[in-house]
Amino acid sequence: MHMGKSRVLALLAVASIVATACGSSATPAPAANASGLPATDTTVYPRAQTLYTSGKQWGAPPTWNPLDPNMAMGVVGLQYETLFLYDPIKDVYTPWLASGGSWDSAKTTYTINVRQGVNWSDGSAFTAADVAFSINIYQNAALGSTLFTFVNTVTASGNNVVVTFKGTPSYQEWMWFLYNMPMIPSAVFTKYNTPDILKFLNQNGVGTGPYTYKTAAQDRMVWVKNPNWWAIKALSLNVQPTYIVDIVNSSNNVALGELLSGGLDLDNNYLPGIAQIVNGGYNITTYYAGPPYMLSGNTAWLIPNTKIKPLDDPAFRRALAEAINPQNVVVTDYGNIVAAADPTGLLPVWSKYIDAAQAKSLGPTFNTAQAKADLAAAGYQAGSDGFVTNKDGSPIKLTLEVPDGWSDWMEAENLIATDAKAAGINIDPQHPAYATVVNDRNGTTSAAPTFDLVINNDVQIGNTPWTYYDYIFRQPEIAAGPARNRNFEQYDNPTAWALVQKLDQTPTDDVADMQAICSQLQKIQLTDEPVIPLWYNGEWSQVNNTYWTNWPSDKGAQVQPATWNGYWQMGAIYMLTNIKAVPKS
Amino acid sequence: MRRYFGQKLFIYLLTFFVAATIDWMIPRFMPGDPVAVLVSKTNSLSPTAAQALADYYYNLFGLKQPLPVQYLNFWNSLLHGNLGLSIYGNGTPVTDMIMAAVPYTLALLIPAILLSWWAGNTFGALAARRRYLDNTVLPVGYILTATPYMWLAIVLSFVLSFSLRIFPLSGGYGFNLEPTLSWLFFTDLVAHWALPFLSLFLVMFGGWAIGMRNLIIYELESDYSRYLAALGAPQGLIRKYAFRNAMLPQITGLALQLGVIVAGALVTEIVFSYPGLGHLVFAAIQNEDYFLLQGIFLFIIIGVLAANFIVDIVYVIVDPRTRVAMRGGTA
Repeated sequence: MHMGKSRVLALLAVASIVATACGSSATPAPAANASGLPATDTTVYPRAQTLYTSGKQWGAPPTWNPLDPNMAMGVVGLQYETLFLYDPIKDVYTPWLASGGSWDSAKTTYTINVRQGVNWSDGSAFTAADVAFSINIYQNAALGSTLFTFVNTVTASGNNVVVTFKGTPSYQEWMWFLYNMPMIPSAVFTKYNTPDILKFLNQNGVGTGPYTYKTAAQDRMVWVKNPNWWAIKALSLNVQPTYIVDIVNSSNNVALGELLSGGLDLDNNYLPGIAQIVNGGYNITTYYAGPPYMLSGNTAWLIPNTKIKPLDDPAFRRALAEAINPQNVVVTDYGNIVAAADPTGLLPVWSKYIDAAQAKSLGPTFNTAQAKADLAAAGYQAGSDGFVTNKDGSPIKLTLEVPDGWSDWMEAENLIATDAKAAGINIDPQHPAYATVVNDRNGTTSAAPTFDLVINNDVQIGNTPWTYYDYIFRQPEIAAGPARNRNFEQYDNPTAWALVQKLDQTPTDDVADMQAICSQLQKIQLTDEPVIPLWYNGEWSQVNNTYWTNWPSDKGAQVQPATWNGYWQMGAIYMLTNIKAVPKS
Repeated sequence: MRRYFGQKLFIYLLTFFVAATIDWMIPRFMPGDPVAVLVSKTNSLSPTAAQALADYYYNLFGLKQPLPVQYLNFWNSLLHGNLGLSIYGNGTPVTDMIMAAVPYTLALLIPAILLSWWAGNTFGALAARRRYLDNTVLPVGYILTATPYMWLAIVLSFVLSFSLRIFPLSGGYGFNLEPTLSWLFFTDLVAHWALPFLSLFLVMFGGWAIGMRNLIIYELESDYSRYLAALGAPQGLIRKYAFRNAMLPQITGLALQLGVIVAGALVTEIVFSYPGLGHLVFAAIQNEDYFLLQGIFLFIIIGVLAANFIVDIVYVIVDPRTRVAMRGGTA
C-alpha cells in the first residue's frame, strides 16, 4: 500500500520533469533553408556526426547577440563571421567575408571588397550595405566602442565599402577590428539599433556562418551545420561535424571523466595533471606532444600597485622581479604545461617584435643574491626579522592576491612568496573571493584600488603587440570601477604612452617601424618593470581522438584549438574543417 | 484547531520575513561589485566598451538605487512573484531559471525522501525483531548514514558510470538528445536520474533504519507494551502499537532533516552535473550571481517552511494527543 503510493509519486515526479523539459524546450524551429532543403528537425544527434566541446561557457547560454561580449559559444565564428581571419601563428590576415581589402597609396582610406555570392541563412544576399551597417553600428553609444574615435565615415559603394579616418588611422586597432567585427544582417538589426541594443537576445538569428542555431538549454548550446555555407563553393572548405554540442563547464571531475570516457571531444579548460593523462595511453592529445603541451594564450603578469611604497620605486620592483623564479612555477605548479615568459612579456607569436639583445642585457633574471644586493643598494635594509624595511625603517609586508579556487594560481602565489621571502621581501599570499580581488584591483567609484600585488592575464593573443602595450601603459588613468581594465598598476609614463599611440598609428605591414617602437617600449618595461611578466598561460586544449582525429597540432594542422570567443576568427574555424570522423570499426 | 494553525502560520510568516531579509542583505553587504565581476570576465574590451557594458548592467539590475529603495523594490517584486534578474543569465528572470531547474530537484528529492523514509522505517522495524536482519541492516545502516552525500555520489559515479559504464556520468539527459515525448528520451532521463537518486536514497535510508530500529526496541521495552503482553495480547498487536508510537519521532525527524536533505541534494547534483537547483547554486556561486543565489535560497526557504507546515498537519492527523491538546484537554 505504502509502496504503491510512493511509486505513484515517483512516477509523477519523473513525468513532471518530462513535461517541464518538453515545455521549456519550446525553441524556435531552425530557419527553413531558402534553397528548399528540408529543415533539420532531428532530436537525436548521431555520435559520428557530433562534436562535443566544453570550456567557453560558465553558465547557460545567455544571449545570441553577436554584439554582446557575453554571447554564447560560437555566436561569432560559427554563426556570424568577420571580414577577415587572422592567424597569429603565421601572422597572416585571410580574407573571409571580404574578398580583399587595401589601403590607398597614402594609407588614409581603406577599401573593403565585399565577397560576392554569400547568402544569409535566411537566403537573402549578403551585401556591401550589410558590411557598412555592421561597421556603422559601432557608433551606437551603448556598445562603447572606440572604433569611431578614429574612423570617420563608412560608406557602401557598389561591391565595396570605403572607410575614411580622422587624421592618421589607428592601423593596429583597425586591423584588429577587421577580424573581430561580426557582420550582421541590416534587415534584422536596424530596428534594434537603439540604446537597448544589448537587450536583443537574437535567439535563432540569421548569420552567414557554417552553423545555425539548433537549440539551447541550461547546460548546453547546440549548433547544426548550415548546408549552404558560402565557403563550401568559394573556398572548397566544409566543416565536418553536423552538430556541435557545447556543454556548460561543470566541476573538474565531471569534465575529466567526460573527456576520458569520450563524452567530450574537445575540452578548453585547465585540467590539472593533463601531462600524465596525455602520456597515459587514454587517446588524449594536446597541441604539442611534450612540454609545454599547450600553445601560449596570454601572459600572466605580476601587477604591483605603483601608487604605494615601496612598489612605487622602480629599483624595488626590479629587485622583486629578480627574486622570482617563474621556471619554478612552470615545473612545480604546472608540471611543464606552460612556459616561463620572456623578460619582455610578449607572447611567442610576437617574437619578431622582441629586441632579444636588449632583453638579454637589460632583462632581470632570477638571482636571489642579486635581488638582495640591489635592495641594499637602493636603500632597503634588512630589519631584525630578516625582511627588508622601507627607507624610513617601517616594515614592508605586501599582500599578493589571486582569486580563491584558481588552484594553479594559488600554488603559484605561494611559490612566488617563498622566492620573494628568500630575497628578504615579505609577501603574504592571499586568495579572497574573485569579487574581492576585482574590487581591490579596480577600486570603486568611492574608493581607490587597495591591492599591493595581484596576478592578471586579461589580454589575450591577437594581431598586435599594441594590445599588450596599451594594457601596460594606458593613459590617462581610467576611472576606478568596472571599466578599469588597463594599467592596473597605475603606472604614469607619458613617454611610454606616446610611443604606444605611435605604435597604434603604424601600419601593420611596416614591421621595421613597429620593431623600433617596440624596442623603445621594451627598454622602459625592462628597466622600470611597471608589471613583471611571469609565465605564458596556456591555450588550454585537450582532445579525445576516439571519434574525431586530425586535431590541430605542431605536427599537423597548425591552427588554434580553442572554442573561446575570438578564437574562431583566429583560425580555430579551420579546426572544424580539418578534423576527420573516425570510421566505425 | 484554528489557534494552533494560526500560531504556526504566524511563526512561519515571521521566519519567512526574517529569512528573506537576511537573504536580501547578504549579496548587498558582501565585498565586491557584481557588475565589476561580470565586466571583468569579458576581457579584451576597450575601457569605453567596458564602461558601456557596466552602465547597461547597473541599469538592468537596478544596482544604482539607494539601498532602502532596493529593499522596497525587492519586496514589491517578490510579492509579484518576481525574484529579479540573473547576472550570469545576462538578465534572464531568476524565476525562469529556477523553474527550469526545480523539476529535476523535486524528482530527486521527493522519491528519495519518501522511499527512503518508507524503506528505512520498514527495514528498521523488521530489524528490531529479527536477529539476522539486525546483524546486517544495522551495520550497513550505520555506514550509510555516516557517509557524506558527496562521497557516496563520487564513489557511485566512479564505479557505475566511469568504470562499468552502466549509467551516464553527468547531465539531466543525454547531450545527444533534445527533449521529446519519446520512449528513448524517457529512458535516458531515468538513466541520468538513477545515480543521483540512489546516492540520496542510500544515505537517508541508513539514517531512518537505525532510528526506527532503536525506537521499536525502546517501545517494545516500555510499560504499555509489557502491560499488553501481560494481558496476553498477541505479539502482532503489540508491535502495531509500538510501530505507531515509534513513527512520531520519525515524522518530527523528517521535518528537522529537510534542510539537511536539501543541502545533500544540492551537493549530489553538483557531483553529477544534474541540472537541478544544486547545480544552479554551484553556477551562481562560480559566477558570483547574487541575485540567482538569493532567489534559489528564497525558494528553498519557502520549500522547507512549506514542507514543515505539511509535517505539522500530518502530525495532527497521526498523533491523537495533538488533537486532544487543541481541544484544551491533556494527553
